[in-house]
Amino acid sequence: MRITVDVNGEDRTREVEPRHLLVRFLRDDLGLTGTHWGCDTSNCGTCVVLMDGEPVKSCTVLAVMAAGHEIRTVEDLADGDRLDPVQQGFIEQHGLQCGFCTPGMMLAGRALLDRNPDPSDQEIREAISGQLCRCTGYLNIVKSIQWAAREQATAAAPEATATTTATATATATATGGQT
Amino acid sequence: MTAVDEPPVTPQEPEQGQGRGQGQAHERPIGFGRMKRKEDPRFVRGKGRYVDDIQLPGMLHGAVLRSPFAHARILSVDTSAAEAHPKVKAVITGETLAGLGLAWMPTLSMDTQAVLATDKVRFQGQEVAFVVAEDHYAARDAIELIDVEYEPLDPVVNARHALAPEAPVIRDDLEGRTDNHVFDWEAGDSAATEEVFARADVVVEQTMLYPRVHPAPLETCGAVAAMDPVDGKLTLYSTTQAPHAHRTLYAMVAGIPEHKIRVVAPDIGGGFGNKVGIYPGYVCAIVGSIVTGRPVKWMEDRSENLMSTSFARDYHMAGEIAATREGRILGVRVKVLADHGAFNSTAQPTKYPAGFFHIFTGSYDIEAAHCEVTGVYTNKAPGGVAYACSFRVTEAVYLIERLVDCLADELGADPAELRMRNLLRPEQFPYENKTGWTYDSGDYPACLRKAMDLVGYEELRKEQSEKRARGELMGVGLSFFTETVGAGPRKHMDILGLGMADGCELRVHPTGKAVVRLSVQTQGQGHETTFAQIVAEELGIPPEDIDVVHGDTDQTPFGLGTYGSRSTPVSGAAAAVVARKVRDKARIVAGAMLEVAPDDLAWTKGRWSVEGDPSMAATIQEIALAAHGSLELPDGVEGHLEATTVYNPPSMTYPFGAYVCVVDVDPGTGSVKVRRFVAVDDCGTRINPMIIEGQVHGGLADGIGMALMEIIGFDEDGNCLSGSFMDYLLPTALEVPAWELDHTVTPSPHHPFGAKGIGESATVGSPPAVVNAVLDAIGVRHADMPLTPSRVWQALQGGEVEAPQ
Amino acid sequence: MQVPASFDYRRATSVAEALELLRRYGEEARVVAGGHSLLPMMKLRLAGPELLVDINDLHELDHIEQVGDELHIGALTRHRTLLESPLVGRYFPIVHDAEKVIADPPVRNRGTIGGSLCQADPSEDLSAVCGALHARVVIRGEAGERIVPMADFHQGPYETAVGVGEMLVQVRIPVLPGAGSAYEKVERKSGDWAVAAAGVALTLREGRIAESGVGLAAVGAGALNLGPVQELLDGNEPSESLYEEAGRLASANCSPVTDGRGSAEYKRHLAGELTRRALRRSVARARTAQGTTGEA
Repeated sequence: MRITVDVNGEDRTREVEPRHLLVRFLRDDLGLTGTHWGCDTSNCGTCVVLMDGEPVKSCTVLAVMAAGHEIRTVEDLADGDRLDPVQQGFIEQHGLQCGFCTPGMMLAGRALLDRNPDPSDQEIREAISGQLCRCTGYLNIVKSIQWAAREQATAAAPEATATTTATATATATATGGQT
Repeated sequence: MTAVDEPPVTPQEPEQGQGRGQGQAHERPIGFGRMKRKEDPRFVRGKGRYVDDIQLPGMLHGAVLRSPFAHARILSVDTSAAEAHPKVKAVITGETLAGLGLAWMPTLSMDTQAVLATDKVRFQGQEVAFVVAEDHYAARDAIELIDVEYEPLDPVVNARHALAPEAPVIRDDLEGRTDNHVFDWEAGDSAATEEVFARADVVVEQTMLYPRVHPAPLETCGAVAAMDPVDGKLTLYSTTQAPHAHRTLYAMVAGIPEHKIRVVAPDIGGGFGNKVGIYPGYVCAIVGSIVTGRPVKWMEDRSENLMSTSFARDYHMAGEIAATREGRILGVRVKVLADHGAFNSTAQPTKYPAGFFHIFTGSYDIEAAHCEVTGVYTNKAPGGVAYACSFRVTEAVYLIERLVDCLADELGADPAELRMRNLLRPEQFPYENKTGWTYDSGDYPACLRKAMDLVGYEELRKEQSEKRARGELMGVGLSFFTETVGAGPRKHMDILGLGMADGCELRVHPTGKAVVRLSVQTQGQGHETTFAQIVAEELGIPPEDIDVVHGDTDQTPFGLGTYGSRSTPVSGAAAAVVARKVRDKARIVAGAMLEVAPDDLAWTKGRWSVEGDPSMAATIQEIALAAHGSLELPDGVEGHLEATTVYNPPSMTYPFGAYVCVVDVDPGTGSVKVRRFVAVDDCGTRINPMIIEGQVHGGLADGIGMALMEIIGFDEDGNCLSGSFMDYLLPTALEVPAWELDHTVTPSPHHPFGAKGIGESATVGSPPAVVNAVLDAIGVRHADMPLTPSRVWQALQGGEVEAPQ
Repeated sequence: MQVPASFDYRRATSVAEALELLRRYGEEARVVAGGHSLLPMMKLRLAGPELLVDINDLHELDHIEQVGDELHIGALTRHRTLLESPLVGRYFPIVHDAEKVIADPPVRNRGTIGGSLCQADPSEDLSAVCGALHARVVIRGEAGERIVPMADFHQGPYETAVGVGEMLVQVRIPVLPGAGSAYEKVERKSGDWAVAAAGVALTLREGRIAESGVGLAAVGAGALNLGPVQELLDGNEPSESLYEEAGRLASANCSPVTDGRGSAEYKRHLAGELTRRALRRSVARARTAQGTTGEA
């Protein structure tokens, strides 16, 4: 079947078998390997992408079912060199170790903050409860998303000084980490 | 997802490290300190490169056909329909491999394991055939087309029946084999232990099972094998924690010269010991590439991962603890039945078939101890040493920490007081325990005191008794653990004859930037950051100026790999030693630059300066340039600034910690809620506190998982009941509390900079704390893990909670 | 990773087209909406339909609306929509109780009420909820629509009243004044299927229970409407001793089996314990609903 999926703001057209899974379409056909897979039963959540803005498990969505929909992957989180606050938060708060669950976790965090800019600890834990992490014990993931929430709030605040600081931090890391 | 009826509860999060304010500035240390990870920018952009991300031109895809039976004779394998599939390029069976002499491979425990079964299948999920096809879908379709005729045999499922005379013999492939016995092993002093037990006032016996669990990293195991048909060089990208050891083994197994094999471990999506062994799938991918002349990718699915790759534990332990009436522990002894599955493939130092289990005397001053371990074959997947166990210290800590609580129960003593009374005192270090380990350093009472203060132990006990009066169940559980990590030295520790010492190479470039090449391989521990910090600490070169190369056998020196928490104790030491060699050479170069004798120079971080005249100095960057320039160097001194080393650790290091877990149990349902978890760890000198805390967090979650929900179970026919994440349960963010951490620092006296290793401490130390808390809540002396609601409720009814299969 | 065997796929543009496809392919066709039950089964190759009929574009099946004294919920309504619906929360707090513990947020973004009910898994939560609420389901076929009470909808494990060429299109739940309801579930971890669960819905008329419904999950098939418990409750004043007896009857009227989630004995205990708890909360909610305009 010939399908067109809006992936990261761009229409991508491919010929696919109906059984092709969205996660494999993204990885194999489009080379977007930031989306991972870790189980076959929609339990682990490493394959989470945003479909029309909401987290879904792309191992349990057929590519043909995604046709005509908007898919957003980790590759689209940063705006050029400027990291999304959620990405920055994961760096600042050590929200990742092996990095395998990280793309899905960040997208879930992004979707949560889009709807609820000031989530509680418990709301964050619930939002990521469909996704497993084997390295971090989750606390730093929660803190990473909280960091992003505060960063966004600061960036949106009218005080020019706060905005400048936020931008400086984001830029510093975007250009390579510690320097 | 806000709750509709009840407002969400926001638990108080403790302050940690530098606090959690937005203004939390990371340090930019030139050396040790809290710094952000160098590897993170690629991961947060989705630019990590894991094995399944690798696409090579012309690459084919492999899939494994596996046995549906736990024990069956293979009568025939018909591959014709699969071969007729238009997209299939090769079908490989045990018979194909037998023709190449590759049907069996050596295991890391000197046993053999079938790559693809020829005679019998010996566990459900065992590899039977391998299909190579043009795409992943076709490979999976084609394995369905292979027709295998089996004659089912009686399986041995329960290890307790494995040595019964009537038990079917699983390993009839081994010549002369008439039973399922693998090994007997003992440690300690049997007679001395007998003596202290005879004079003890109190002896408490408790049998317990540490169930079969699985490390289950989120990335499953897999490989891309690319044999270059022209130059005969094999490149293998694989999920391995030990690329060098794997390369040597592939050379031995496949007969490919070692210099014609390059093993690359790219980014690894978690290991936890799951990626130490060599699995048949890797070998099949190699054979597939040799047969087809094209690269072949094989990635197992989750069911394959849970059903066939290295599980952990499965120790049936009958423990006894002897003490005086006043609560002075005198001795411990234990008999263990170890279920090794169908092949003995545990990854551990050769001399220690039960790993380091014999550190089961724990953290206590005990007069005598003795253990006997018997390993048996069963019709289950092979393995046993994995899941951040520090070579079975996990089982040892669980045993002693449960026994101490059983003793407290018997004596009516407070478990914290009982521990405090028996902990080793600081002045006893270095301490030789009764089974042959020499603990390097520690202040155990201070560590336990710190944990008790942090958790508010006395107040919790008060709260508990008030709640009990109201019929509410709350429990407080402790554990105090001592680990032994960092294997070597090589004269005592080897795997298949390969000594456990690690190489390291450091090269400082002319402009003062550097590259350090490691033999170990990160699976998320942050080596690219911490090893740069180690070199920075020694040389004064900023960590961001140091490139850390690892995971590629063509680019790094030989070493045994990352497991058993050995990266920092062994390779970390190697990095410090190699940096000190460079520093020593820099001193000579600086002497030539400053025209003074090297002995007259003093080191301050990043520069050599003339003793008494700090203005006369050369920075390490200036020295690097001079070393590569035209400066005349003393006779016999070569130019450039680089060094190599092989670090052979003089001894093991002994991280320790005190953990306290607080749980609430619903008496009507048996559901357990972990309310708090306090962990005070001592891993000696701390390289990067942020990374240490992260490692501890992850291990604590493991402990909650194992204590409350994880088990690889089997039915009586040997069918695996935990073959997916629907049944192999792992904790989510909702099952774990906001961890509360603190630490003490007791440097290791024999490690170059005093570090001890932290990667497995929390996985080792936390399960007994959780179990002790639950049992404390319900007032039951013992029940085996996992403490699911059903099993807790059963224990609450006073019934025997049967050990899971 | 596991992948399904080949199949054909059609994205239906109308219910009529979906029904036509289902008729034509008969037993070989399956409807897919969220896909979170079906696709894993297909990956395991335990299900191998020839045709998948994708109904995700049939927006007419995605609705929640009050019609007279019933709430009509389209079969394509996502779990998340149910969870976020104030209307559902006001009338049927039991649905929100259940939705909070069904799978996890990304799965709830895709999964639908129709898919949940049609799976006819005795462990599935919404079936017990709909049973307790005395819901009726609307099945559409070539010959038109028929309405089936929830108690008759499940005809055994994994079997429903939906025939070949038919589709579940709507769930109808009676809206009763003075109602209270609650769902209590024990799970081994969040997102897991129930070890056991109990749903209760009732109204209070002059201080007495009326129109009660009790449905259990994961304790064997046929527990979506526990007649003996409902008969006991109706007409009686709420009391701890009544709850005790109701729990005892619930325990006696189910058929759990021992499995990895727990022993049969334990599940039978839970059937009683959770029924009692759900009763207490339902009564409290009904009282709140009568005392104020809506529940807090």
